[in-house]
Amino acid sequence: MTDVLRVEDLSVAFHTRGGVVRALDRVGFAVEAGQTMALVGESGSGKSVTAYAIMGLLEAAGRITGGRAFLGDTDLVATPAAAMARIRGKRIAMIFQNPRAALNPIRGVGKQIADVLLRHGGATRSNAWDRAIDALRAVGIPDPSRRAKAYPFELSGGMCQRVMIAIAVAARPELLIADEPTTGLDVTTQAVVMDLIGEMARDTGMATILITHDLALAAERAGRIAVMHAGHMVEEADTASLLAGPRHPYTARLIAATPTAAGSLESLQSVPGGLPDLRSASIPHCRYAARCERSVPGCDAVLAMRPVADRHAVACWNPL
Amino acid sequence: MTALLELENVRKHFPTGGKSLFGGGVASFVHAVDDVSLTVEPGETLGLVGESGCGKSTLVRLITRLLDVTDGKIWFNRRELSDVPARIFARDADRAHIQMVFQDAGESINPRFTAADAIADPLRRLLGLRGEALRARVEEAALQCGLPLELLGRFPHQLSGGQRARVGIARAIGTRPRLLVLDEPTAALDVSVQVTVLKLLQQLKTDLGLSYIFVSHDLNVVRLLCDRVVVMYLGKIVESGPAQAVFEAPRHPYTRSLVAAVPRLDGVRQDAARLVGDPRSPIDPDPHACRFHGRCPVGVDRCGVEMPALRSAGAGREAACHLVE
Ligand SMILES: Nc1ncnc2c1ncn2[C@@H]1O[C@H](COP(=O)(O)OP(=O)(O)OP(=O)(O)O)[C@@H](O)[C@H]1O
Ligand SMILES: Nc1ncnc2c1ncn2[C@@H]1O[C@H](COP(=O)(O)OP(=O)(O)OP(=O)(O)O)[C@@H](O)[C@H]1O
Ligand code: SF4
Ligand SMILES: [Mg+2]
Ligand SMILES: [Mg+2]
Repeated sequence: MTDVLRVEDLSVAFHTRGGVVRALDRVGFAVEAGQTMALVGESGSGKSVTAYAIMGLLEAAGRITGGRAFLGDTDLVATPAAAMARIRGKRIAMIFQNPRAALNPIRGVGKQIADVLLRHGGATRSNAWDRAIDALRAVGIPDPSRRAKAYPFELSGGMCQRVMIAIAVAARPELLIADEPTTGLDVTTQAVVMDLIGEMARDTGMATILITHDLALAAERAGRIAVMHAGHMVEEADTASLLAGPRHPYTARLIAATPTAAGSLESLQSVPGGLPDLRSASIPHCRYAARCERSVPGCDAVLAMRPVADRHAVACWNPL
Repeated sequence: MTALLELENVRKHFPTGGKSLFGGGVASFVHAVDDVSLTVEPGETLGLVGESGCGKSTLVRLITRLLDVTDGKIWFNRRELSDVPARIFARDADRAHIQMVFQDAGESINPRFTAADAIADPLRRLLGLRGEALRARVEEAALQCGLPLELLGRFPHQLSGGQRARVGIARAIGTRPRLLVLDEPTAALDVSVQVTVLKLLQQLKTDLGLSYIFVSHDLNVVRLLCDRVVVMYLGKIVESGPAQAVFEAPRHPYTRSLVAAVPRLDGVRQDAARLVGDPRSPIDPDPHACRFHGRCPVGVDRCGVEMPALRSAGAGREAACHLVE
C-alpha cells in the first residue's frame, strides 16, 4: 500500500513566557491509503499539536523545529503558507476537537458548508446550497433543509460536530485528521459518524488519522494504533497486537485505565504521576521514566522507536 | 418530600422563527424538553444519557436556572425555583449550591482569565472571598482536581484540552455546592485523568454528601458512577431505573440500541444492532406518536397513533413503550 502521509522526526516547540515548551520531539509515523491510524495518549501528550503541525496551523508561539511531513511527494513542513492554505480543506481536512469554536458563530451552518464546497469542492453558485443540504443529510442531521439555516448556537454539540464532518469531507480529501471527532456524540450517533468516515475511506482511499483517548473506539475503528506520551511516540502496532500484548509500560497502564470492562470504579487504575514539565532543559530521554514501575538503570540512555515484532515498534529499554 | 431536587412536567420549547407548515399564523417550536419529571435525592448520582440533541443540556440548563422553563415546576431543597427568572437567580443565595460543569469545560472559560482567575471567579462573586482565603481555596480546588499549581498562571490556550477541563471542574467545586451538575465533564479528558476525576467525584460524594446530575455519552462511566440513570429521546424520558439494571437488561428499544453501540476493547461490532435512520425532527413533533416510532426496530402501528406514557416497569424502573409490560 502507498503511504498517503509519512511523518519523520517531527519536532515542535512553543515559546512561552515561562520558557520553551518542547511539545513534540522526533515524532514519526505513516498512514496508508484507506487506512485508519489512531493516535492515542493522555491529555497533553501532543496529539493535537501533531495534527496542527501537519496542517500548518500551529499558533504563532509554536514552531516546527525539525522533521518532515510528506503528503504524497509534498513536504508540508517546507510548503509556504499560501500553498498550505490551498492544500488545507482540499487535500487534507481536519475535524477539530472543539466543533462549536471551529464554526463561525455568525454564519448559518449551510452557508459555511457551501463556502467550502465553492472553494474546494467544485460546486457552483447555483448548486452549492443544495449540495450543502445533501452534506447535512449525509451526516444524519434531521430536517436538513431547515437546519441549514440554523446558526451554530442553535444546534446541539453533537449536531455541530456532524456539521464539521460534513464540511471536512465535502471536498473529498486524501487525508482526514479527525481530532476527537465523536467527543460529545452519543454512541449510536458515534457509530453512524464513524461508519460515514469509514465509508469515505473505503470509497475514495482517504487515509484517516483518528485522534482519540477512547481505546475502545480505536480498537473498533483503526487498523493501527500509535501511542504518544509527553510529545514522544512510544509504541506503534497493529490494533489487535497492541491491545493483546502491549509492550510499553505506558500502553499497558492506559489499557488498565479504560472503563470498558471494569466491574467497579475501584478496579480502574489511573496512570501514576503526571507528564513531565516540557519546558525543562533536562527532560530525560525516556519522558515516562519518572512514572514508570519498570525503569532500570539503562533507561537514561538515548532512546528511539525500535521494532520488537512484525509491524510492532516500541521506545522502551525494558519493554513488557 | 425529601428530594434535593424535584422536577414536575418540565418543558422547554424554543421558537424556531419560522411558521409551521399547516398552522397558518402559528409559530413553530423546537421541543427540546417535553414533560420531564424526575427527582434527585441527597447524595444521589443521577446519570442522564441519550442521543445528541435529545435535550440533555437544555434540561440541565433549566435545572441550574440558566434558562427559564416554558412550563412545569422545579423545586430545589423544597424551594420552588422555576418561578425565579434566570437573570435574578444569577444573584440568588442558592446559586452557590447548584454548580455546573459545562460541556466543553474549557470553552466556557474566559480566554483572558488565567486558570487561577477562572477558579477564583465564582468564589469571589458568590462567596465574596478575597485575599489569602481566596488563594487558599483556589489552590485546594486545583489540587483536588489534579491540576498542578504551576499551571494556575496559564491562559486557556496554553493548556491542553484535558487541563482546561480540570480547570472547569475546579471552578465548580470551589463553592462547595450541594448539587453539582456535570454536562459531559470527562468527554475531553483522557482515560487516566477521567479515572482520577471519577474517583474524586465519588470521594466528594461520600465526604460531603454531594448530589450529582451527570450527563455523559460514556455508558461505561455512567454504569460505574451513577446510582440511577435517566434515558432521554427527543426531549422525553423513555426509560429510568437503577443504572446497573438498566444497562444489564435495557427495556426500552432505544436503550437497547444505545447499549449495543458501546465500543468494546475487543473490537467486536454488533452491526446487527445498528440504529439506522434519522431521529424525527424536534420541531413540532406529533403529540400522538411515540417519538421513536419510524426508527424503532420493533415498533407496531399503535406506536404511530398513541404516545406511550412513562409507566412503572417494576423494581424502581420505568419505561415509555407500548411493548414493555
Ligand atoms: N500555545 C501553547 N503554548 C504553550 N504550550 C502549548 C501550547 N499549545 C499546546 N501546548 C502544550 O503542548 C502539549 C501538547 O498539547 P496538545 O494539545 O497537543 O495535547 P493533546 O494530546 O491533544 O491533549 P488533549 O487530549 O487534552 O487534547 C501540552 O503540554 C500543552 O500544554
Ligand atoms: N437556543 C436554542 N434555540 C433553538 N433551539 C435550541 C436552542 N438550544 C438548543 N436547541 C435545540 O434543542 C434540542 C436539544 O438540544 P440540547 O443541546 O439540549 O441537546 P443535548 O442532548 O445536550 O445534545 P448533545 O448530546 O449533542 O450535547 C436540539 O434540537 C437543539 O437544536
Ligand atoms: S525506558 Fe525504562 S523508564 Fe522508560 S518506559 Fe521503558 S522501562 Fe519505563
Ligand atoms: Mg487535543
Ligand atoms: Mg449537550
